[in-house]
Amino acid sequence: MKNNTKRIIGFAINDFNRNKGISIATIFVLTITIMLVTGLFFFQGIAGYLTAQIQNKIDITAYFVDGTQEQDILNVKDEIIKMSPNIKNVEYVSKDQALATFSAKHKDDAVLGQALQEVGNNPFLPSLNITTNSDPAQYAQVANILQTSDFSKLIDKVDYSQKKDTIEEIYSITSNITIFGIILGIILILVAILVVFNTIKLAIENSKEEINTMKTVGASNQFIRGPFIIQGVIYGIISFVICFLLSGIFALILSSKVEVILPGFSLFGFFLTNWWIFVLIQLGFGIGVGVISALIVVKKHLEI
Amino acid sequence: MIKFNNVTKIYSQSTVVLQDISFEIKEGEFVSVVGKSGVGKTTLTRLILGLEAPTSGEIYFKGENLNTADPAKIQEIRRKIGCIYQDYKLLPKKTVYENVAYIMQVEGKENEEIDREVPKVLEIIGLGGKINNFPDQLSGGEKQRLAIARALVNNPEIIIADEPTGNLDPYNTYEVISLLQKINKAGKTIILATHDREIINKLGKRVVTLENGKIIRDEQAGKFII
Repeated sequence: MKNNTKRIIGFAINDFNRNKGISIATIFVLTITIMLVTGLFFFQGIAGYLTAQIQNKIDITAYFVDGTQEQDILNVKDEIIKMSPNIKNVEYVSKDQALATFSAKHKDDAVLGQALQEVGNNPFLPSLNITTNSDPAQYAQVANILQTSDFSKLIDKVDYSQKKDTIEEIYSITSNITIFGIILGIILILVAILVVFNTIKLAIENSKEEINTMKTVGASNQFIRGPFIIQGVIYGIISFVICFLLSGIFALILSSKVEVILPGFSLFGFFLTNWWIFVLIQLGFGIGVGVISALIVVKKHLEI
Repeated sequence: MIKFNNVTKIYSQSTVVLQDISFEIKEGEFVSVVGKSGVGKTTLTRLILGLEAPTSGEIYFKGENLNTADPAKIQEIRRKIGCIYQDYKLLPKKTVYENVAYIMQVEGKENEEIDREVPKVLEIIGLGGKINNFPDQLSGGEKQRLAIARALVNNPEIIIADEPTGNLDPYNTYEVISLLQKINKAGKTIILATHDREIINKLGKRVVTLENGKIIRDEQAGKFII
């Protein structure tokens, strides 16, 4: 058994070396395929970050009646958090904070500054900014709580109705991006698997006569199949090493460029954080496709 | 040793290759199967090797029914048979040495035995100086000698030679047939499928003649008559 395994591995290495053209072609196709899958994973990372960023910017604001005590507003804040488990964050903005933020934002706008001076006092209302966990329906639920609870008499207005369409549209777009990514991913992966399968099929078709001769001299199926499977593993491992290095290099080179478009997102950081997922995807896909293709094609020849 | 019992082989409705064939080959016999090209000689040898199943009838190898034998048994039977073909059927990606060694590796022989036996066999067959060559670096005669070395290395009980001289010049043809005769004298069973009249008439051994899928003649010390 041990002898047989050593022989099978030896045959595989010999065949790999003696068919350099076919080996290089197969590794090339497998590498392209794994890079495609890796690209989809990067795309998923970027899309995920983008979606989270957009969703983080969505909130609804409850403005309190002028003169409401800060303690009352903070009590409402606690009540809201208790009433809805889907609340991600509630931020209290006092009258003074609202004025300071507005003034800082429009410090270069003389007209607005003058208008504020003419009003004379602070025209802003204290408010609570509320964000929920990624579902537009949750914003409607929170708005409803704000407008119907005991503390609703303290609330001057909730800006949900003005933002409703925008919130739903943004969630629809981000959810469509996710669905589009999944569908595109599945199609591309299927095409890639077919291409690799056909390349390996061609490589083994070349050995059809050889397989027949092996059968004729009484070689067991395992003895015939073994070297092709081991070659599939070798193709997978070499392709993985190439892809892993290329992924790291591309992520490093493109990181600064991507950061210009997506501030705060580091492509290389994403690669480093998820390096083990990259290993799993690339190694699993490479060896998986290599071995399964070899198994299917050799099985076909062994049955004839 | 080998027994065909009412064997029929049909590939499609219009291609009946063998029809109700019955005959027996005894241990140590030299049997030539003759007939025109396409008469079913190769199919007959493939049936003995279990590479194809008969459409009906039974084939026995040393009492074992090949129709009901499991794949492991069929593989074991194949290892008892040495094969020589017109197109040599060598392993193109293996060297001369590896082609012969492969047969012993399939048998599960130890490396020491392989390292001892293979060079010896190759020396006897006249390929001692070409152990690292690949089959495409050999002449037709050398390829056939390699195929013979491969067929003999495991000391098989039977040699099946399917048109072994088809691609050879008269000198190499004579060499191969002489070798088969010597192997037979050493007690091995030989099945020779050929359509070479001259060879058969010189041999003076048993001849089974096929025509239209049937055995039309089975004679000891037979002649090539079609």
